[in-house]
Amino acid sequence: MEEKALEVYDVIRTIRDPEKPNTLEELDVVTEKCVEVQELGDEEYLIIIRFSPTVPHCSLATLIGLCLQVKLQRCLPFKHKLEIYITEGTHSTEEDINKQINDKERVAAAMENPSLREMVEQCVTEPDD
Amino acid sequence: MKGALELLQRVSAHADASCWYVAWNPAGTLLASCGGDRAIRIWGKEGDSWECKCVLADGHQRTVRKVAWSPCGKYLASASFDATTCIWKKTDDDFESLTVLEGHENEVKCVAWAPSGNLLATCSRDKSVWIWEVDKEDEYECVSVVNSHTQDVKHVVWHPTRKLLASASYDNKVCIYKEEDDDWECRATLEGHESTVWSLAFDPEGQRLASCSDDRTVKIWKESTPGDGSTDESWKCVCNLSGCHERPVYDVAWCRLTGALATACGDDGVRVFREDPTADPEQPVFFMSAHVPKAHGQDINCVSWNPKEAGLLATCSDNGEFAIWKYNSDS
Repeated sequence: MEEKALEVYDVIRTIRDPEKPNTLEELDVVTEKCVEVQELGDEEYLIIIRFSPTVPHCSLATLIGLCLQVKLQRCLPFKHKLEIYITEGTHSTEEDINKQINDKERVAAAMENPSLREMVEQCVTEPDD
Repeated sequence: MKGALELLQRVSAHADASCWYVAWNPAGTLLASCGGDRAIRIWGKEGDSWECKCVLADGHQRTVRKVAWSPCGKYLASASFDATTCIWKKTDDDFESLTVLEGHENEVKCVAWAPSGNLLATCSRDKSVWIWEVDKEDEYECVSVVNSHTQDVKHVVWHPTRKLLASASYDNKVCIYKEEDDDWECRATLEGHESTVWSLAFDPEGQRLASCSDDRTVKIWKESTPGDGSTDESWKCVCNLSGCHERPVYDVAWCRLTGALATACGDDGVRVFREDPTADPEQPVFFMSAHVPKAHGQDINCVSWNPKEAGLLATCSDNGEFAIWKYNSDS
């Protein structure tokens, strides 16, 4: 399970913050400990990520959540279900943000919005992609 | 009464994209599918297998989320994230775009045709439900815009026999609408789900409504007339199916022919529930009759019973596939 958690962390640590020229790891938005992996059975895993946005702005927190969703969907090689949450106590509208990030229909529609998509791509694209 | 679901065919319908919805035509001979590739595909049976009869690729600029056939089977409506609803008319071997309904401020999440054939309902992330009237010249006119929900409206469904509409929302509630003085208004709000309500289905007689949710439950609601003689409707939750689904339940379908209830779940499983015939009608009991745990490789978004062939079921998934199943109630 530890190995799987590290595999997941490796994918998310290099995501760039939407505002600052740093990765989510450098800003402590994500840490190794923020990834929890549970076995769902038959080579499938439930991944739970709890991230801590640096600023209380709603839109930035939702954007980071969206980046996490997109990069993991694209880059994780094993079968998984994903849950992404803001670390408790780090935001006033936690529940609202968590609900949005975990609504796959909202995520899909957001990624069809050209300006939102552009922002996400800039955060998740690896330099050598 | 243990049943079984047999896989008849699996089809890769929307390449590299989610298949969001499938809908049978009223005759039960065609299946329309739609998805993240912005296309609608119409499938028909040739011998033993389902083949693609036509592709409607240029109707929308973004994901097509749902499709709905008119009761006469000659028209198809499609709801898209591009904020429009397209009405297609069936020609001999193709479909032509008849008109595009605009007005919603952002993604249209659902479109539904009333059994009468001359009313259409749409709903959107803009929190509103729109009712449209169709006249004899195929002209569409919006007759009501109702703002009863406080969030994204995910689904609308018409009552099978009465002029009544129900909607499901991200605000965790279900609204019931009726027409009053040429205007549609919300007459009842069903509260109980702890998260987004994704879909709804009326039972064959229209006496009960099933709702399914992100909270992993399916609830059955029954209309009750208050004893004080007032005309206000109220709906009570008479059954709560919890502990059966491991992830959000995205769709629920109630078979008009057999009364069986099917669910589409984010745990990749399809389930069929039957009603216990000996239970009190005011406290119905449903038990799981069949379950295919990994029906698809990813989340199942939709489940739909064939309107003419008892036991024939279609499901579709985020992996772009749809599947056709045969449900047998006694195996």
